[in-house]
Amino acid sequence: MAVLARAETVLPLWVEEAIREAAAKERSAIARSQLSAILENVEIAAAGGVPLCQDTGLPVFRLEIGRNLSIPPFLEDAVAEGVRRATEEVPLRPNAVDPLTRKNSGDNTGPGIPDLIVDLVPGEFLRITAFPKGAGSENGSFLAMLNPADDPIEFVAREVAKRAGRACAPVFVGVGIGGTFDLVPRLAKRALFRMPGTSELDRKLLTEINRIGTGPMGLGGDSTALGVRIETALCHTASLPVAVNLQCWANRSASATVRDDGWNID
Amino acid sequence: MRAGDLVWISGTVYTARDRVHALLASGEKLPIDLAGAVIYHCGPLIRDGTVLSAGPTTSGRVGRFTREVVGLGVRLIVGKGGISEEAEALRGRAAYLAYPGGCGALAARQLSVKQLHLPELGMAEGLWELVAEGWGPMIVAIDASGGDLYREARCCRVGASKP
Repeated sequence: MAVLARAETVLPLWVEEAIREAAAKERSAIARSQLSAILENVEIAAAGGVPLCQDTGLPVFRLEIGRNLSIPPFLEDAVAEGVRRATEEVPLRPNAVDPLTRKNSGDNTGPGIPDLIVDLVPGEFLRITAFPKGAGSENGSFLAMLNPADDPIEFVAREVAKRAGRACAPVFVGVGIGGTFDLVPRLAKRALFRMPGTSELDRKLLTEINRIGTGPMGLGGDSTALGVRIETALCHTASLPVAVNLQCWANRSASATVRDDGWNID
Repeated sequence: MRAGDLVWISGTVYTARDRVHALLASGEKLPIDLAGAVIYHCGPLIRDGTVLSAGPTTSGRVGRFTREVVGLGVRLIVGKGGISEEAEALRGRAAYLAYPGGCGALAARQLSVKQLHLPELGMAEGLWELVAEGWGPMIVAIDASGGDLYREARCCRVGASKP
């Protein structure tokens, strides 16, 4: 509950800095007006303890579980209980609906939700990261099974430029390349967890996306993406899977580490 | 109003997103009169009659109903991401304004609740009648004479040269 509440109301400092840097470099006045409104919004949310965005997202959590830890029973139930409490207390907008009947569960939990992404790591602790995901950027995400002869970097740059405006640009671009049909979107999601990327290829793709001029909210400008990270896995010699998980400027996340003697927010 | 203008709005505004547009498209009569109205593509976060966070939702999902909406007399549509495919439906009759996406906390300071219509649709999908006071900054993104910033950004890399 505490990590979700924090993620919803306080933007990670490095994200705020990235927006500030983009604003300083931006050449379009319209684009600068969007970025300064965003920075004002970040301040108001943190000062008032209110959600940055009314789309408080679907609850997604990353759990890093120490290998030497005996995994607490009912861990999933505990996280779901935290989501229900946060929905009531922060409060959050109830966003989770049945995909066919569109009936709202009312508390942001239900079949499959919260989504827990589990990693086993060395150590004797549990680290929990809340990563609420809004629909604007999620709807702009995509997966393609390319031909190995295609250029995946060019493909991603072109598709992101087309979609970023509706995904609340400036966006963060988590890219998965390789693996299988179901591994590649997980690579893209992990790329978002490890944002921003710093490899030569990450930077090249970032430059390529920003060169196209989609700009904040699609209104034109230099600031289309704030960060790009590419994660790869081996793939079949006949395949070239590519997935992109877009994240809006509000790259919300907060982590807490739980040890034997208690827990603290990172 | 011309594409590229920066504006602020004060007055009555109605939220409308997927479900309200679906009702409207099915010919259902809405409990409000949209002649001369401002509609806002938004599913707000509201608690006990107080707006806590209320930025725009992606207009692209409901853009296909623009002709019907304008036909009912709506003069300003506020959202994010644009409705470029339906820009023709605005010509000579209405404009599309972009409020900065994700800026829910900022918008909450500029909007207050007057009334909830269609409460059975829930918090996000209900039709909220809000009162705006100095609501902005908004960009006139698609004007009534065919100007469209989204189209310009897509076709000609204008971001850098615009004032």
